[in-house]
Amino acid sequence: MISWPNLVSQLFNGLALGALLALISSGLTIIYGTLGVLNLAHGAMFMIGGYAGFVTYQYTESFILAVIAGSLFVMLLGVVMERVIIRHFYHRPHEDQLLVTFGLGICFVELVRLLFSSQSQIVPPPALFQGITNLGFMFYPTYRLAVVGIVAIALGALFIVLYRTRLGMIVRAGIEDSVMVDSLGINVYRVFMIVFGIGAMAAGFAGIVNAPVVSLTPGIGDDILVQTFVVVVIGGVGSFPGAILGGLIAGEIISVTSMFNPGYAYVMLFAAMTLVLVVRPHGLLGVQGRE
Amino acid sequence: MLKQRPFLIETLTAIGLIVAPFVLPHLGFAPNTVNRILVWGLFGLGFDILFGFTGLLSFGQSAFYGTGGFVAAYLLTRTGFSNVLGALIIGMIAAAATGYLIGLIALRRTGIYFAMITVAIAEVFFFVEFNPLSDFTGGENGLPGVPTPSFNIGFTTIHFTNGWSLYQFIALCYFIGVIIALRIVRSPVGAILSAIRDNPLRATAVGHNIHGYKLTAFVIAAAYAGFAGGLLGVLQAFMPPDAFTFDTSGQLVMQTAIGGRGTLFGPLVGATVWLFLQDFLQSALGLGAAWKLVLGVVFVLLVCFLRGGIVGGLVDLYGLVSGKRARKAAETEEADVETPQAPPAPMQAKEVAHPVYSGPILKATGLTKRYGGLVANSDIDFSVNQGELRGIIGPNGAGKSTFFKMLTCEIAPTSGRIVFEGRDITGLKVTDVCQLGLTKSYQVNQLFTGLTVRQNLTIAALAELRGKFRLDLFRSLSGVKGLTEQVEHTLALVNLTRRADTPVSELAYGEKRRLEIGLALATSPRLLLLDEPLAGMSPRERVETVKLLKSIARGRTMIIIDHDMDSLFELVERVTVLQEGKVLVSGTPEEIKTNAAVQEAYLGGVHGEIAA
Repeated sequence: MISWPNLVSQLFNGLALGALLALISSGLTIIYGTLGVLNLAHGAMFMIGGYAGFVTYQYTESFILAVIAGSLFVMLLGVVMERVIIRHFYHRPHEDQLLVTFGLGICFVELVRLLFSSQSQIVPPPALFQGITNLGFMFYPTYRLAVVGIVAIALGALFIVLYRTRLGMIVRAGIEDSVMVDSLGINVYRVFMIVFGIGAMAAGFAGIVNAPVVSLTPGIGDDILVQTFVVVVIGGVGSFPGAILGGLIAGEIISVTSMFNPGYAYVMLFAAMTLVLVVRPHGLLGVQGRE
Repeated sequence: MLKQRPFLIETLTAIGLIVAPFVLPHLGFAPNTVNRILVWGLFGLGFDILFGFTGLLSFGQSAFYGTGGFVAAYLLTRTGFSNVLGALIIGMIAAAATGYLIGLIALRRTGIYFAMITVAIAEVFFFVEFNPLSDFTGGENGLPGVPTPSFNIGFTTIHFTNGWSLYQFIALCYFIGVIIALRIVRSPVGAILSAIRDNPLRATAVGHNIHGYKLTAFVIAAAYAGFAGGLLGVLQAFMPPDAFTFDTSGQLVMQTAIGGRGTLFGPLVGATVWLFLQDFLQSALGLGAAWKLVLGVVFVLLVCFLRGGIVGGLVDLYGLVSGKRARKAAETEEADVETPQAPPAPMQAKEVAHPVYSGPILKATGLTKRYGGLVANSDIDFSVNQGELRGIIGPNGAGKSTFFKMLTCEIAPTSGRIVFEGRDITGLKVTDVCQLGLTKSYQVNQLFTGLTVRQNLTIAALAELRGKFRLDLFRSLSGVKGLTEQVEHTLALVNLTRRADTPVSELAYGEKRRLEIGLALATSPRLLLLDEPLAGMSPRERVETVKLLKSIARGRTMIIIDHDMDSLFELVERVTVLQEGKVLVSGTPEEIKTNAAVQEAYLGGVHGEIAA
């Protein structure tokens, strides 16, 4: 049953999933790195991105608009969430931050369930990327190929923001030491808000881009959240390159294992995570001392 | 609130459980609902020890709940094993063993890492149950046909079937669970668990193996979860696969936070609220699926505004009404009778393990610490004799604190050796070094801020009296020999007897500083390092503290860092001056005062040497 085309196509699937996980994890990890808050509602942000895009698509029939609206809506949601609730938790223990974001995640999921029911919704891929592509040695769904490209562009954009702009410099400095950034006269709380918005947008963008590959359900973000955690543990908390590396590793592990037996996908993922924890407790590209 | 009168809580719990079947039906609770609440409550007892008492928030308890449940159900439905209680206990042991293995991995990290890892682990268990192990677990069908318990007691057989009959069995299990949990919480281990929640760094530094204790808490939580999982199968006559879902873990976390963490009964209260609201919102208000949204909103509001949950809120309310007034009165009364009294006799240092040794108590050779290109300490040779009182001074950034951290093995030196009482301690852990009789008080207070003064000192004294790790889960604190004496003595020594039952957060700064020294003292060190004990004190407090330091110096060796040279020179016999990570000079206070190099170091390079 293991044939070369099959393996290659699974590797491609792994790449697509890995790129997606990399994007979502980058959002999670820059939020955590800068604000010190692990957002357990991140999976719900991913889900809401999909639904916001879905609604836009219903009205406009335009996939591009759906992507833009989905991302912007989640960014706005992130900003509001940070302003109204999260900022009151910066000085509270980690457990409280986990509890409140966990609770918010449940509220989001249940709200969407109330509005759209538990039935799955479908967003078709844009006309340009419909059908399948002949890669010479195998046929592969065009949109999945496109996902890799789209996500790569998004990651590139995130890279430019983080490493080539003033804001990015502040964010990276904040990951190192946010107290110091604050003392330098930079309003870190405003930066926190922007970072939360960008991090949420990364998840929302991934959510709508991923929507044509799967079908939307309110619980779609739960599994993704767990996978994202594994990615961050493997890559190292607070590390953007770590999130990308971890995402690709996790994506390939899930896809290749699924080829043999999907039931073992998580077991292998977990084994990889354990291995990393034993060999490099701070993650592959993580920095010591960040907890 | 969990300790004043003996057996008060046990008795109240028993009464509550006996009365419940007569009262609850009138409030609209079906027996089945009550039984489910008890199972959640039992599940939560262990989780509260892990989360509420130890501060480890796990989102993966479903793994152990499911493991215990399926092991018990498998034994009862597939193997012909018919002893229900036996199966439940085997399930519990299986879950505890699983918890031990998982704990070894998950506890490698703390904080959010720990939370993320537990989530991932629980998800693995869910998939394993569904797929690779579906032959044993029935996959998505679960295991139907779990029998209910019956006991043959000679002349008759008692059979707990369902409803209120089964309630008796489950209530008894819950009651035993409460008794065990209370014993654990009140044991020395329980005290150390709350110390770990408050300040893991200091808990390690006073000589506790906190990793071992965290693993203990994790295994306890897993055992409770396993037993509760087994009961779930018995209760439903069916072991459902959704015991393994993330939702199970999430529900447990939410119920515990709603009810109140760190209270043991919080999870039970939370489960009651949860199941009651579920019924009420769904059927009475006809909200259908929206009930969970309402619960989610309630939960978020509680986390935002009522950190202690419902039980915590009630306790605070009770404290506001009754406690505060009583304590205020007691304190003012005592304040009147306070008279300056001679400090009590100094506490004995730990027995010397090898009295034949008579060299220098501490000898460091070639001690160097580099941080990348920065050399904090370079090639320090340092030796202190038994019974000596040594001072260390040096300008800011001279590497004094780094030097202390290396001596207590908080950080490892880049090169060099440290010998304590003839024994090479280089590379040991800070916990072991403290157990050997070498500890320090911190420059910045490292207290257990959520606990009272007495509890703080108890934690430190326990490390000395019990060693770094001991599983006396069922011993009461008062059963630890010599503990009360040691704590009372230390309290008197640092002059905090009057404030013994005050929470640390309410202490004045000077009092906190004294407690900081007391924490180090309570471990009965033979060599005590004090990192700026006088920092931030008023002149009057300084005089008192110098007196305190003098009194504790009898019978032990001390090294003191401070910037207050007048006080220090009055106190110590010899002074070592550090500058730019090197020993500049050592000598008696008189020699140091007149030393030209020291004056230059402090006045800042008049001759241009240091200005560069």
